[in-house]
Amino acid sequence: MIKEVFKQLWKDKFARIALIVLGLIYFALFFADFIAPYTKDFSDRTMAYVPPSKIFVIDENGKLSKPYTYNYRRDFDGENLKIIYSLDRSQKHYVKFFAQGQPYKFLGLIPMKRHLITTDPDGRLFLLGTDINGRDVFSRLLFGGRISMTIGFLALFVLFPIGLLYGGISGYFGGKVDSVMMRFAEAVMSIPSFYLLIILASVLPSGMTSIQRFMLIVIILALVGWAGFARVVRGMVLSVKNQEFVQAARSIGQSRLGIIVKHILPQTTSFVIVAMTLSVPSYILSESGLSFLGLGIQQPDASWGNMLKEAQEFTNIISRPWLLTPGFLIFVAVLAFNLIGDTIRDVLDPKMDVR
Amino acid sequence: MQLLIYILKRILQSIPLLIIVSLISFFIIRLSPVDPLAELKLNPSVSKETLQKETERLGLDKPIIVQYGKWAKSFLKGDLGITSNGEKVSTKLKERIPNTLLLAVVVIFMTWLVGVPLGVLAALNRKSPLDRILTVLTSIGMAIPSFFFAVLLLLFAVKTGWFPVGGLTSSNFAEMPFGAKLLDLAHHLVLPVTVLFTISLAGLQRQMRANLLDVLDSDYVKFAKAKGLSDFKVVYKHALRNAINPMITLLGFEFAGLLSGAALTEYVFQYPGLGRLILEAVLRSDINLVMASLMMGSIMLIVGNLIADILLIITDPRIRVKGGAA
Repeated sequence: MIKEVFKQLWKDKFARIALIVLGLIYFALFFADFIAPYTKDFSDRTMAYVPPSKIFVIDENGKLSKPYTYNYRRDFDGENLKIIYSLDRSQKHYVKFFAQGQPYKFLGLIPMKRHLITTDPDGRLFLLGTDINGRDVFSRLLFGGRISMTIGFLALFVLFPIGLLYGGISGYFGGKVDSVMMRFAEAVMSIPSFYLLIILASVLPSGMTSIQRFMLIVIILALVGWAGFARVVRGMVLSVKNQEFVQAARSIGQSRLGIIVKHILPQTTSFVIVAMTLSVPSYILSESGLSFLGLGIQQPDASWGNMLKEAQEFTNIISRPWLLTPGFLIFVAVLAFNLIGDTIRDVLDPKMDVR
Repeated sequence: MQLLIYILKRILQSIPLLIIVSLISFFIIRLSPVDPLAELKLNPSVSKETLQKETERLGLDKPIIVQYGKWAKSFLKGDLGITSNGEKVSTKLKERIPNTLLLAVVVIFMTWLVGVPLGVLAALNRKSPLDRILTVLTSIGMAIPSFFFAVLLLLFAVKTGWFPVGGLTSSNFAEMPFGAKLLDLAHHLVLPVTVLFTISLAGLQRQMRANLLDVLDSDYVKFAKAKGLSDFKVVYKHALRNAINPMITLLGFEFAGLLSGAALTEYVFQYPGLGRLILEAVLRSDINLVMASLMMGSIMLIVGNLIADILLIITDPRIRVKGGAA
């Protein structure tokens, strides 16, 4: 079935582009350590809010040259009370490919020094400028993407088993169990989801390690989303629980939990796949919204949401537009997921064939 | 009469729901490691007696279940307590809730006004270039993160100076004549409404398109066509009315989505709504305020769903015949 779905996705023009874009993004995130010129925590305080490096291929004599860049110089303009950035043309820094740069551990395991693109140790190559701490935005985009683009999936992997089991038990047992369980799920759904998200996030104590915080955010995202999913599963279980194959399983003495897990829940597979692909983007958006407010992933860790936090200030969005790049990436990723989700739904849900 | 009984039943049903909501929220908030009275203690204008009274009222020295009981009791009496700044929670809510409702109602009204016709247009011209363009546009609308869009619009407003960059009213609002007041409000509403409108329009248009396509595919529409009715009559007299009904259920969801989506938009635009209030309250760990605004948010959501269901009963005779026992 998966193969069939993939074939259909490839046939659809939009879905194919979306698949390629997502493939590229995940590829870049996987090799982030290598692609990024700097490590996640590299910061040069003298280079705060530096604009993107200019790369030249024609030198001052008008001749073609190896690509090179100049560092920026920050000067304070006392008259206008502004910091002025100008190119320090005294020294050329050649852009080097596959050269030695800052040491890192590839995937956290293999110590390496080579970077896809870098420059000499005194030069600074900031492809998308720097943030307030003089950290390279381009590198942080890659490392932040690792968090932003996986957190949604992880949340789904926590949420779906819970929702499936909860909905399955509620639907199969019926009666009082069902009504109590459903009232509880409805109550969770009655709290506007974003409100629930922020109160849950505000409970997290400060002073956690970044991994702990990341895991807890995953759990919070799952806690907010499971109820709606459980309700739909319950409805589906209700519609199959009196069919012959369930009665057959019952008559040969299967336990109730066994029937739910082995016979009833597999009937919901295609719905689960559709629901999963359609809800990945909303979790990406939730995480970035939460981090944007400062309640999600915290500095010094990067996520696309918390990188956008700096875009909350007028001066930043007006004179430092490169700080907005994470927003465009979120947009592209969500758009791609939506396009794929739409196509998968069309493939797996024949009733929607009219579209 | 039947409708009245149904409404009453639904209201009764939502009471246990609200109790569970309050329990869930209360326990989550009390899990927080922050001292809920920390800010009150630091505020020099708050007297010792108030502090003592508030500690007692919340029962902070007692076990959590007793605390909840105390909170519930005063909530039922209509006493929502004071915020950590010493203001009354109820005044704060009275000030903020209408603003959020205003935003939500304007957005819902506009999305329906635009989304339904666009959905019909796309369904009637299925697979035409127009339909394709609309699909692409709605995909884009659904993918923009609301806060990012809001930030971009803010940038636009600052650069052009065409729109005010925050709040709901100008500073001299109180002295304006009535007409100017309305204009001023509208002027401030343009940007937040644009953000929420763009995001919810996409879903509505798609749903409308899918519904109408479903209905156009049904036997009775085919029959009407076979009978020789004009296309115009078939679509507008028969198909459309049936395609709109499921949309009304969506109204409740849309309202819920707006309450959530509005929080971030309100935050970016400094719009004085419930979403921003709860956010500020959460950041300050202001229990009374968080609890009260959570409850209000939930009540608004439940009422929104109720209104949608009632509308559905009024418009859909099939449900009425079943005795409204939805």
